[in-house]
Amino acid sequence: MFLFITRRLFFALLLLLAVSVVTYLLFSALPVDPAALTCGKNCKPDLIAANRVRLGYDKPIVEQYWLFLKGIFAGRDYGMGQAAFSCPAPSLGYSFAQHECVTTLIGKTFPVTAFLSLGAFVLWMVIGVGSGAIAALNKGKWQDRLANAFTAIGVSLPTFYVGLLVLFSVVIWLDLLPFPRYTSPFSDPVQFLNAMILPWLTLAVLSAATYTRLTRNGMLEAMNEDFVRLGVAKGLTRRVILRKYVMRSAMVPIVTIAGLDFAALLGGAIITESVFSLPGMGKLSIRAVVESDLPVLVGTTMVAAVFIVLANVVVDILYGVLDPRVRTH
Amino acid sequence: MNLPILSVRHLCVSFTTPDGVVHAVNDVSFDVKAGQTLGIVGESGSGKSVTAGSIMRLNNSITAETSGSVVIDGVDILNCSEEQARAIRGSEVAMVFQDPLSALNPYYTVGYQIAEAYEVHHPNASKSETRKVVLDMLTKVGIPNPEKRYDEYPHQFSGGMRQRIVIAIALVNKPKILIADEPTTALDVTVQAQILDLMLELQRETNMAIILITHDLGVVAEVAQDVLVMYAGRVVEEAEVNSLFASPTHPYSWGLLGAVSSLDEHKRGQLRTISGTPPSLISIPSGCAFRPRCEFYEGEDSDCHNRVPDLRIIGGLSSSSACHLSDQQIIEIGKSKVLS
Repeated sequence: MFLFITRRLFFALLLLLAVSVVTYLLFSALPVDPAALTCGKNCKPDLIAANRVRLGYDKPIVEQYWLFLKGIFAGRDYGMGQAAFSCPAPSLGYSFAQHECVTTLIGKTFPVTAFLSLGAFVLWMVIGVGSGAIAALNKGKWQDRLANAFTAIGVSLPTFYVGLLVLFSVVIWLDLLPFPRYTSPFSDPVQFLNAMILPWLTLAVLSAATYTRLTRNGMLEAMNEDFVRLGVAKGLTRRVILRKYVMRSAMVPIVTIAGLDFAALLGGAIITESVFSLPGMGKLSIRAVVESDLPVLVGTTMVAAVFIVLANVVVDILYGVLDPRVRTH
Repeated sequence: MNLPILSVRHLCVSFTTPDGVVHAVNDVSFDVKAGQTLGIVGESGSGKSVTAGSIMRLNNSITAETSGSVVIDGVDILNCSEEQARAIRGSEVAMVFQDPLSALNPYYTVGYQIAEAYEVHHPNASKSETRKVVLDMLTKVGIPNPEKRYDEYPHQFSGGMRQRIVIAIALVNKPKILIADEPTTALDVTVQAQILDLMLELQRETNMAIILITHDLGVVAEVAQDVLVMYAGRVVEEAEVNSLFASPTHPYSWGLLGAVSSLDEHKRGQLRTISGTPPSLISIPSGCAFRPRCEFYEGEDSDCHNRVPDLRIIGGLSSSSACHLSDQQIIEIGKSKVLS
């Protein structure tokens, strides 16, 4: 097991390195001059040239990449003399549009995304697994049909549409909640909840649909297994059979997909954050795209990649814990 | 004399499916006595497994419609509370399934799964007591090195070993009746004999009754005392095992016995088959369900077409048959079929 984890982590690191090379090269290949974007309309050629040197864009691409990589571990200094400044490790570069270190920007926006993801994740697991289980236990009855309708709608509706619909109906027409304005939960928990409840629900309800279907089908499949029949034949109670026999085997694929979905969300829920104006990493990425703020884009992409790769490792390990057949080679 | 430990009377089971109502079992009655083995034979879809499932009330209660009675040691399991049914399952009646690969829960160790079966009927048993019972059981069913294998998972066992585990689960509470639903079908031929021997040995030890469901007539000849031949959800012949093989009394049994391949020199040649296919259980033919495939079918105006034949004792034999032919005809044709 230990060997397995070490090996997985080693390959995860290798993969991240590859991701960083590709992202960095891809964004550098864009037909934008980063230095020209540093000062907006009133740029003079000598200022652009000076900024190019200051931010290191005058160096060859391989050296730029090397400096970027080094910055992650050792931090990075920009400019000289009075104009000098530095981004301490782990540095992911400097945003010339927002005039701040990328790491600082991510540090500010990540908690928002993390709160959003965590809340939505808990909600959608409860809604999804719960409604899926109810549907499976009442196969063919109205509960099942309702769940099926919910699945069909949830899977086909796009987030931006549902998000706007919820925002308009709850905040503007019904006036039930104030317009969401994000505050840290530590300074004002009530306003935090007011701001988060709609995005949580929007994300949760839409993602839950997938889990409703997964849980329902997984449980129905398991209920037809011979080992469930043997469980009944042993004289076990229905509760024990549902928990140890049916749920246990339905849970394995759910855990896999839930891990990956959660990680993807941590990289920034771009649409949800935009609709509800949450200052999270998704919003940061969108702004970076609009402003061609390459360092920020590389930075957010790398952070998202780290989560996805890590989630894959965690899911693999969990898989071994959940299913003994995977554990022994 | 030895009273029956299990009495099945007028058992009917039907399932509602999108295509129509499937009449899986129609008016099946039989008795099983302690220490005896009853074989139930018939081709796929003849209602063998559904009958077995009904004895433990295992059939899906949402789609299955069951009537009749299944009395086990005085309790009618079809008409008692779920609580009572649960107390009977696993302690009075236990079941061995066809495919040991899918019958064991892949997520728990085999020791745990046997212990679970024991604990549910012995709620006051201590941990160490349960463990000892399970280890004894593992030894009894011939698992070498039980201490070590207790904590292994089903996928770490071979097919035959897994079936031994399933048998251990079934027998850990010393049930009075063991239902074995094609217990050897999924196993290698060499392992089949071992598993049958094991079941018979444990039967001698505990005097339990065995209901053996199979389509292997060779197995029936070897282990059963009585045999039910089922066709399209009905019992078409009920006989003592010697009687079935010496003078079978139903055209379907003649076909079945004729289709057994033989190693005898003079019987070589093309394998005989029963022409046609079994009927769909959604639209069972009127009268005798076997008539479309029967070489003695007497046409549209006969009883064969219009009246369901009752099971009746055939004069002079210890068999009952559900066929409209006269006793004399049955005895004569039966003898000639066996000799040919």
